[in-house]
Amino acid sequence: MVEVPIPKEKWSGKIGEVTLGATAENGGTRTIALRTGSETGMPFLSYEGVMPNRPLIAGEVLDSISELPAPIRSEFGEAVNDPVAWARAWVDKFGADIICIKLVSTSPDEANRSPHEAAETVKRVLEAVKVPIIVYGCGIEERDAKTFELVSNIASKERLLIGHAEDTAYKSIAAATMANHHAIISFSNLDINLAKQINILLTDFGVKKDAIVMDPLMAALGMGLEYSYSVMERIRLAAFMGDGMLQVPLICDTSASWKAKEATEDIPGPDGIAERATWWETTTALAALIAGADILIMRSPRASAIVRRAMEDLTGGD
Amino acid sequence: MPTAIEIFKLLPKKNCGKCNYPTCLAFAMQIANSKAKLQDCPFLSEEALAVLAASAAPPIRLVKFGSGNKVIEMGDETELYRHEKRFFHPTAYALTVSDALDDSAIAQKVERIANIKFERVGQELRFDAIAVKNDSSDAKRFKEAAEAVAAKTDLPIVLVSRSPESMKAAAGAISIRRPLLFGANATNHVQMAAVAKDLNCPLVVSEGKGLDALANLVQLVKSSGIEDIVLDFEAGSMKQLLERSSIVRKVSVKKTFRGLGYPILVDAGSGEPAILKGLLATMKYGSIVLFDELSEARAHPLFVLRQNIYTDPQVPIQVKPGVYPVNAPNESSAVLFTTNFSLTYFTVLSDIEKSKVPIWLLVVDTEGLSVMTAFSAGKLTPESVNACLEASGVKEKSKSGEIIIPGMVSRMSGKLAEATGLKVIVGPKESSGIPKFLKSR
Repeated sequence: MVEVPIPKEKWSGKIGEVTLGATAENGGTRTIALRTGSETGMPFLSYEGVMPNRPLIAGEVLDSISELPAPIRSEFGEAVNDPVAWARAWVDKFGADIICIKLVSTSPDEANRSPHEAAETVKRVLEAVKVPIIVYGCGIEERDAKTFELVSNIASKERLLIGHAEDTAYKSIAAATMANHHAIISFSNLDINLAKQINILLTDFGVKKDAIVMDPLMAALGMGLEYSYSVMERIRLAAFMGDGMLQVPLICDTSASWKAKEATEDIPGPDGIAERATWWETTTALAALIAGADILIMRSPRASAIVRRAMEDLTGGD
Repeated sequence: MPTAIEIFKLLPKKNCGKCNYPTCLAFAMQIANSKAKLQDCPFLSEEALAVLAASAAPPIRLVKFGSGNKVIEMGDETELYRHEKRFFHPTAYALTVSDALDDSAIAQKVERIANIKFERVGQELRFDAIAVKNDSSDAKRFKEAAEAVAAKTDLPIVLVSRSPESMKAAAGAISIRRPLLFGANATNHVQMAAVAKDLNCPLVVSEGKGLDALANLVQLVKSSGIEDIVLDFEAGSMKQLLERSSIVRKVSVKKTFRGLGYPILVDAGSGEPAILKGLLATMKYGSIVLFDELSEARAHPLFVLRQNIYTDPQVPIQVKPGVYPVNAPNESSAVLFTTNFSLTYFTVLSDIEKSKVPIWLLVVDTEGLSVMTAFSAGKLTPESVNACLEASGVKEKSKSGEIIIPGMVSRMSGKLAEATGLKVIVGPKESSGIPKFLKSR
């Protein structure tokens, strides 16, 4: 009888664990706190290591919807006009593990809402749904500094995940994060060395490693996906080989798939667009998972449902 | 490939120099680095030659099917991860045609398959093969169907039947096309191997009970004289598919295990599970995937994923240099330039589109480097921008007299103004600033 040797790697490193959301026990109001990370081997290879926490899906909610594609509007209906209703739909109807609220309205290019109003939106979402929350700003540093200070305070015990810090702008957001023991997203632009550098900057600044989730930028299918895929595989391999500064969970935002022109145009009928764009995001998300993603931020409920089924099939019994 | 020392042990150790290297050890080192050939040694025994040739064989066998200029090459991969070097032979996709259809329905389906195609960055994406399924279980009907498909297309053909009798009839009729026979399993492998050997066709070996059982079956098939083997795990789940594929790739290319060093076939079936398996096989080591059906809305992302995964990581994807109209520009619209690195181009393009401001987007040939890298490497200079400006003919299209420069390279504004005679406007440093920048102009 031939016996096939099982090529199990003896990795020296493992991914650290980050907890998102806080229950009453820790002073928060979430009904569930979720753990992410802790893998000891490359994604979904059960003969190589364990993956104690399955990857999580965060449903995207925007507080300003000037650019939302039609198929997404039709999936959520009226709910897209109100972040609270939108978040509720994600949790109650579509089973999102986490809500990711993007406070794009604070940008002067959008509604130019005040940081105070934005923080109020976060508060209302926190009251409406009981899952952990990710909060993004509008990407303009000065604006986000104020927004995050307010958000950090109104949700002081909720263990939010706040995004994102990058090497050119991290101090104010890191300070807001640390002030109330939230977690932070460290962003880098498709480069393993930059990914490591921002983690070093954050930890030097005082952020604890168990409060960092890294985003190496998930480029969408057809828009550079292969770079993201390989950068993530390299990050994971380096982490398992012992690079402590890369041993943190990975977060991937796949909503950019809806910006790919190929996904959303040149197809007759709205059903055609919905179907292709859904698979565009699904494909992007699946590539992210296979390369090592711990958390996916997704835009389409249909795509998220398919990805959830794929995860079950990837982790199920033999 | 064996190491220099392993090769040295089998050499005559005469140090005669007839191979043009001073010593046998030097010669062994050159062979190990693929710089010299074994045949250059006149004293090598037949036995040593056979041993070395066998151990130097690629870890995953190159298996081909099809004929003429439509040959699909599978296997011969050397890496676990694409960033280590690259993946060489892109996953092939086949759609199936049932022999339960009548000949005109078969012809229609074959034509429909041939017509599914997508154009993308200079490549045409389409199905690579057609699989004929012996749903009728009838040998005569299977043969007719195979002939009908072969008459209608020059794509390579996969013949799907568990019946050696059917396979013999169909494969014999179209053997000139060198079809892939799918295939052998635990119950039919003796007869199926005989058919494959007789017609010199590659053979798929299926075994769902795990890799040990598959390796045993492969050994039996191989001992009957078949070299061109393709593996089928009969994976019921994505977990099985991913794990078995990963183990096979790793033991083959990183360990010395040779028993499963063959390309992998995935019979994906239909519906959502099929496309998910197809996507997974494309990323993780599948050589050919069979789909019963696949809508265009699902096929398109699959094909694009394959194109992404199989690009050479050392050669950035480049966009054709030249001028691209964005948001319907006219004579009064300004020119904005960027580099021909695809990622840069797509990002800038999407941000200009977002602004809804009409722009002539000038893509400068920087050999696929991004803005700052190209600037540092001297590939993005006032001269190269001007050369592109002249060659593209954009000066006839835009009379605005303005050119927008990426903020990162604003230091070349002065020289660019001199070289082009245009007014240089400094744009934002990051592409994400483009919408705001253009709208506020």
